[in-house]
Amino acid sequence: MSDLALAGPATAAPPIPAAVEYNEAVVQKFVIAAVFWSIVAFLVGVYIASELAWPALNFGLPWLNFGRLRPVHTSAAIFAFGGSALLGTSFHVVQRTCRARLFGGEALADFVFWGYQFFIVMAALSYVMGFSKSREYAEPEWHLDLWLTLVWVLYAAIFIGTLVKRQEPHIYVANWFYLAFILTIAVLHIGNNLGVPVSWFGAKSYSLFSGAQDALIQWWYGHNAVGFFLTAGFLGMMYYYIPKAAGRPVYSYRLSIIHFWALIFIYIWAGPHHLHWTALPDWAQTLGMAFSIMLWMPSWGGMINGLMTLSGAWDKLRTDPGLRFSVTAVGFYGMATFEGPVMSVRQVNALSHYTDWTIGHVHSGALGWVAFISFGAIYYLVPNLWRRSGLYSVRLAAWHYWISTLGIVLYITSMWVAGIMEGLMWRAYDANGFLQYSFVESVVAVHPFFVIRMLGGVLFLIGGLLMAYNLIMTVQSPSTEREAALSPIPSTPLVPVIGA
Amino acid sequence: MRIRHETFEKNALLLVIATLVTVAIGGLVEIVPLFTIETTVEHVQGVRPYSPLELMGRDIYVREGCYLCHSQQIRALRDEVERYGHYSLAAESMYDHPFQWGSKRIGPDLARVGGKYSNDWHYAHLKNPQSMVPESLMPHYAFLADQLLDDSHIEDHLRANRLVGVPYTDDDIRNARADLEAQANPQADQTGVLKRYPKSVTASGDGQQVTEMDALVAYLQVLGTMVNFADTSEEQLRQ
Repeated sequence: MSDLALAGPATAAPPIPAAVEYNEAVVQKFVIAAVFWSIVAFLVGVYIASELAWPALNFGLPWLNFGRLRPVHTSAAIFAFGGSALLGTSFHVVQRTCRARLFGGEALADFVFWGYQFFIVMAALSYVMGFSKSREYAEPEWHLDLWLTLVWVLYAAIFIGTLVKRQEPHIYVANWFYLAFILTIAVLHIGNNLGVPVSWFGAKSYSLFSGAQDALIQWWYGHNAVGFFLTAGFLGMMYYYIPKAAGRPVYSYRLSIIHFWALIFIYIWAGPHHLHWTALPDWAQTLGMAFSIMLWMPSWGGMINGLMTLSGAWDKLRTDPGLRFSVTAVGFYGMATFEGPVMSVRQVNALSHYTDWTIGHVHSGALGWVAFISFGAIYYLVPNLWRRSGLYSVRLAAWHYWISTLGIVLYITSMWVAGIMEGLMWRAYDANGFLQYSFVESVVAVHPFFVIRMLGGVLFLIGGLLMAYNLIMTVQSPSTEREAALSPIPSTPLVPVIGA
Repeated sequence: MRIRHETFEKNALLLVIATLVTVAIGGLVEIVPLFTIETTVEHVQGVRPYSPLELMGRDIYVREGCYLCHSQQIRALRDEVERYGHYSLAAESMYDHPFQWGSKRIGPDLARVGGKYSNDWHYAHLKNPQSMVPESLMPHYAFLADQLLDDSHIEDHLRANRLVGVPYTDDDIRNARADLEAQANPQADQTGVLKRYPKSVTASGDGQQVTEMDALVAYLQVLGTMVNFADTSEEQLRQ
């Protein structure tokens, strides 16, 4: 009976709520910052890749040395470019999917923007000046860590506050991922950076933990910076911008539930695979390996959900270069999340660890997934936020796509060859049972591949510059002005999630 | 009772709590036992806190990002043990705040570089790595020989380390400056330094001023030398 009642004539549709005035100014700022920092990150990346190919480029200057510039590159890529893209899109998505203006008002959102940018600039300056905790992807010293904690707590307050005051009954799936990213990064940041300053006025501090425990805490952080900053957050991006650009609902609601909870539960365990065969006790290594392999499934759950959302809309890949970036990103995500579990197997890791294979793996995720999904969102956002009729040049965006893709291919294939070669040379024995190669012979052998990697980076940088030019012209060129009748755009409701 | 996912989707605070609980489990299960299981750090003889000069050198190692190209962790694999020496023990980095195991070898592992080369080799190599190893990719660190070591807060460095668990005694802290200056000066009396910090290596300073390079070389020369493996039994190495 109840089924019949449900299937009966539809009741009157609920009244459409009044249009909400969204805070789009802060989203615009973050988009500009993301584009700017992407160029910085690629540029520094190309430079340090060149230093590895031609060490004379270090020039013996303290602030230009690889050791100080490498954190500038990783922080610019992850936190400046990736972070600005994540914070900006999360503010965009949460408002639209909740039908609510950002909690806390304009000033608070602006404080988070400027506070975050301040952190990035200060972190980069501190690295080149020689301040570092030497924790990978968490190098800033304690005073900057405290500042970031404050900014992050306010960011979380805005995001959660907006969820609480939403006018939609359900919290949309993209927001689950953004929320998990925000909360977990807060926990990881605080846990990993515990330490004792030498004095209140100096920058130097010593980690609260030491040795094996410190190593696991660092890689609990480090791997989940990948899992929650570079994965969960960007999956949130995927769950909004791909359905929007494709004009299709998310493929499977059930799959999104299963892979969300499985992903956030399992990811946390995977950290010890960075410490195989080390002085970390075996039981922890085994747990790390087992969960890393399990992680393959929820990762591919996300990939399948993203790709299948294109069902019936694949033709749009021909006309929408932004969507082409997003979909290729999901493909790279699938590839990197297969490669990761393979490398987490102890026997594979014995070969791959400490080599450039790891660097290649990271970049297939960072360039192929993180950067491409961000490019897709940015190409969607700029005409929308600046009320333009479309991109200045679709052709230029297509060039960006192909140049960058070629860049990634050069990067990851050269690193595969270099990494596997290093691994094999380090363990090679001659006929008399002696180690066949000295270490420096492997350094010489990888030189050509370091050059190819640098060229791949140059292509990616050129792509980024094309994008920046295209976006500036999109905002400024008269050719992309909208007809007066079309603006302002109404706040369209979210594409509904359809049950699978 | 069947929990409907709708419950989480319609209650933001419930979603926050459920997410926090879900992500807390893995970390707790893996990290807490490392502090409670007694054999995580092996019970071997010889590992001691860094001497003041070594500690300052270690800070420079951290500052310059040396860990980005050099690991300090010899894995328990045949080729690594033959190339670099006995596999690294957890005990050997028990006073390392933070650890310097690294994740990439653009250069060779340094876990047991101590005593492998002379002081003179290290000074020459740091100033111009290609003069010792022509194929090397390493940047030049000649500027370390020109920069005087800032040891004005040396006692505070030891105190901060004591606060996080390194067993520096009051005596160590009182003598910190004297030990630092003595270890950097080959002409100075090393009795006190060697008593407090056995196996410490005197840097080849000029006896006048302590440079950052003196400190870095003193640190490099102690790496991996503290444990005497000839006196260590299998039982002691069990984790």
